[in-house]
Amino acid sequence: MEPSFYLIQLLNGIQYGFLLFLVASGLTLVFGIMGIINLAHGAFYMLGAYLAYWLARETGSLALAVAAGIPVVVLVGIVVERLAITPLYRRDHLYQVLLTFGLILVFDELRSILWGNDVHAVPIPPPLAGSIPLTETQAYPVYRLFISAACAAVALALYLMIQRTRLGMIIRAGASNREMAQALGIDINRLFTLVFGLGVALAAFAGMIAAPVSSVYPGIGDQVLIISFVVVVIGGIGSIKGAFVGAMLIGIADTFGKVLIPEAASVVIYALMAVVLIWRPQGLFGARP
Amino acid sequence: MKKPAHPGVSRRRFLRNAAVLGGATAAATFVPTRYIIARPAKVKVGILLPYTGVYAKLGENIRDALMLRIRQNDGRLGGREVEFVDIDSQAKPPLAPELTNRLVHKEKVDFIVGAVHSLVGMAMAKIVGGDGPITVIANAGADQLTGSLCAPNIFRTSFSAYQTSFPCGKAVYEDGHREVVLMYWNYGFGKQAAAAFKEAFVARGGKIVKEIPTPFPEVEFQAYLTELAAIRPDAVFTFYAGGGAVKYVKDYAAAGLKDAIALYGAGFLTEGVLKAQGAAAEGVRTTLHYADTLDNPANRRFKRAFREATGRDADVYAVQGYDAGSLLVQGMAAVGGDTGARAELIRAMESTTIDSPRGPFTFSKAHNPIQDIYLREVQNGENRVLRIVAPRLEDPAKGCRMT
Repeated sequence: MEPSFYLIQLLNGIQYGFLLFLVASGLTLVFGIMGIINLAHGAFYMLGAYLAYWLARETGSLALAVAAGIPVVVLVGIVVERLAITPLYRRDHLYQVLLTFGLILVFDELRSILWGNDVHAVPIPPPLAGSIPLTETQAYPVYRLFISAACAAVALALYLMIQRTRLGMIIRAGASNREMAQALGIDINRLFTLVFGLGVALAAFAGMIAAPVSSVYPGIGDQVLIISFVVVVIGGIGSIKGAFVGAMLIGIADTFGKVLIPEAASVVIYALMAVVLIWRPQGLFGARP
Repeated sequence: MKKPAHPGVSRRRFLRNAAVLGGATAAATFVPTRYIIARPAKVKVGILLPYTGVYAKLGENIRDALMLRIRQNDGRLGGREVEFVDIDSQAKPPLAPELTNRLVHKEKVDFIVGAVHSLVGMAMAKIVGGDGPITVIANAGADQLTGSLCAPNIFRTSFSAYQTSFPCGKAVYEDGHREVVLMYWNYGFGKQAAAAFKEAFVARGGKIVKEIPTPFPEVEFQAYLTELAAIRPDAVFTFYAGGGAVKYVKDYAAAGLKDAIALYGAGFLTEGVLKAQGAAAEGVRTTLHYADTLDNPANRRFKRAFREATGRDADVYAVQGYDAGSLLVQGMAAVGGDTGARAELIRAMESTTIDSPRGPFTFSKAHNPIQDIYLREVQNGENRVLRIVAPRLEDPAKGCRMT
């Protein structure tokens, strides 16, 4: 294979990594700051994907679907957080796992009632359809470049918000020392709701933007959730930077694993996780041992 | 004095009637058991098809076409009324043994029609094969069902993996392609499809440059398509179906491969999913035992009837269900509805000719259809038939000891 082949596969891996980052960053924020293990995170990804399919079909525009859909998913997320998750803050993680697993089942049943069990294709918006030639034999789909660009923009915005704004400072304070933050007058309940909503928005956006390349089907959120947990564990729980590096590692490792050692493709990312955890049990950027 | 049994009937007439009745009863003991039933019980037909999950639409089409065929026969099989026991298999192999056993032991059905998913079909076959109810497989294409798992009471009205892919190897070679890459879902049916294609293609002198099995049921093909573009074969042979097929054909076009590398597949690549594939599917060639553009009287009649009955367009799955209905109708007609005459019923079923919308077909010794396989090309959003690429193709029935 010529070098350009590996470069294009790298592009594929990065594009996958960006999508994983959007999901994993929400997961790591909620876990790192609120201490909540949220198995239902994948359900918001799924909800985003189905809304993208449904709204894009009704309005004829994926952009409109994203704009209208994200607030809906965030609203659902906040209601879930207020009604179901808040009472479990002080409880053991086992309670959270049980509750959020139950939420997966509830959302999946709702999905089945609202949209059925078919696989749905979501058309790529016409301006982003087609492909551009990169080498003599290889053309790269424009929409996949767009995914990478859009995710990079969101990642940058997230980074700036957390590092450079007052809100970001509060979030960082809440993550590193909850009691101290509370003592300094931060309304921790409002902060939690805000962080949860932010996580939900990131997952929903990922589901929506991925819908045209992944199709929309039952169980779409589960696969993403499992891999996102791998990303969070590799990157270190609660670390946005860790989620980014972890997502890129997993995205690229998975892509090259598929191509170079297809027989073992499904275990590549778990092998990578094992190696990282042996070397650094707290993850690459994890604060807690 | 005792009142006569029927007022106005003379004693002599009453005695004569009684004698005739008594004589008839006595005579009845000399004929085979099957005529003894005065008012025959209903025939019980068990249906085990998926109505939820990714195969829901396939299950509905098979069931509706099966019932349509039996309704066209006055709702009767061999003169007896029919009772359906319809169970949702959910296309979940772990549920299959329990659901099949329910049909066999609790419902005590006379026939079973079922199985979209190959693993469900195989679980069914293991339970019913031999003494169980006569079973008609109306979709599941695993080679084993009419191979190593074959049994006198198991019939198939659909296809084997071999039948939908072996002819494609021939067609690709005849179309002038010599170097081919195989891409398929890495599970039982996908592997069998790839093996059958390879057998036909390599025997003629074609070369398989690379095999790319992809994880089932994953539909993210980008990394593999990048590899495909780097290899640049003359053509690609694929096995994907349903949502995976939609995704594959669209990604293939989006990666700029459509005009560079000819795309072939087992017919499911474009069957029932053409509308969703849109322009990306134009020019894709597939081999299958049916095309809805087939111009024969049986197909025209069937398509119209199915449309009237369900409001939906017929497809290959509906055809398979319809033919399962024909097989029951014709088999039961031959034995006058006597399900007790099992050996005769099986003999009648295996020797019958089905006037199918796909064209007439008969059964092999392993009870798989001996059928024409068409090469189709997508033109203007339709699967147009280019030619019959394998006339009267019989499955080799590897491992079947019944023959």
